[in-house]
Amino acid sequence: METPAIPAATMPAEWRDFFALTKPRVISLVVFTGLCGLLAAPGSINPVLGFTAILCIALAAGGAAALNQWWEADLDAAMKRTAKRPLPMGRMSRTDARDFGVLLSAASVGIMGLAIGVLAAAILAVSIFYYAVVYTIWLKPRTPQNIVIGGGAGAFPPLIGWVAVTGDITAMPVLLFAIIFIWTPPHFWALALFVQTDYAKVGIPMMPVVAGEKSTRRQIMGYSLALLATSLAPWAIGGTGAVYGLAALALSLVFVALAVPVATRMAAPDDAMKPEKRLFAFSVLYLFALFAALVADRMLPPLELLP
Amino acid sequence: MTPEEQAEIVRRRKSRNLVLGLVLGGFVVLFYFITIAKMV
Repeated sequence: METPAIPAATMPAEWRDFFALTKPRVISLVVFTGLCGLLAAPGSINPVLGFTAILCIALAAGGAAALNQWWEADLDAAMKRTAKRPLPMGRMSRTDARDFGVLLSAASVGIMGLAIGVLAAAILAVSIFYYAVVYTIWLKPRTPQNIVIGGGAGAFPPLIGWVAVTGDITAMPVLLFAIIFIWTPPHFWALALFVQTDYAKVGIPMMPVVAGEKSTRRQIMGYSLALLATSLAPWAIGGTGAVYGLAALALSLVFVALAVPVATRMAAPDDAMKPEKRLFAFSVLYLFALFAALVADRMLPPLELLP
Repeated sequence: MTPEEQAEIVRRRKSRNLVLGLVLGGFVVLFYFITIAKMV
């Protein structure tokens, strides 16, 4: 694997570079799912403590993202999508990025423990370790299943949000975890299908590179069907009402419908990859809409399906 | 190091310190309200 040399930082980094290191766009999704977990949980939480819990989730996600970029600076420099990040551009020293990541991670766990509770803080610590060490350092460079297992990192926020309110782990927050866990592979592999040359270049064993395009497309279909079942499980066990159930059914059917053309075709030379891009774009919308439906289900009066 | 570079370093340090100050101030306010919330 050949990676371009990273220019040494000659100036102290700007605060904007530290902010960019936290992957603010990823944080927005993490904050949203964490907030939904918190709002959908039975019981109530003091708004200040609720805000603190979400802030801690955001800080932890930012810290883990900084550690991820500290570790992967060489790879980021070689990929078009990530080459403009602060480290590959030489706008920040690697040590600064590492220290910033450790500081954010430690602060988030510490504040969560003091303000919310030991269980929420422990799960938060596990989620940071999972993303920064299990996924970034250990699995991502070693197995094409990296996304499947690493996807667990992104699945923690609603679980933590829920636990911040209830103080214990029950079937519902575990199902919310499972939904994001199952959602991640088709979401990311759809992306990997149309940026696969970049991952191949830096030697990251993404599924389309290792198992081939055909196998990846088949697996996207499999996970999409599993997502249909998993997303309906909270309704099936009586954890939510029909507002969520019907929204989950409609959204997941669209997800499966968009996965079908991805699963049943092969890319031609100079392919525009429209079905893959469409599935990727919808997958982001899907997660927002599904979790919004979960909260709406809790806030709105129950929907009577039978007269 | 040229005077321009020196001035740029000072400018960056200043803006970083300002943001850090605001963040720390925000945490002071947050911890105050957390303390009140925990006492209720």
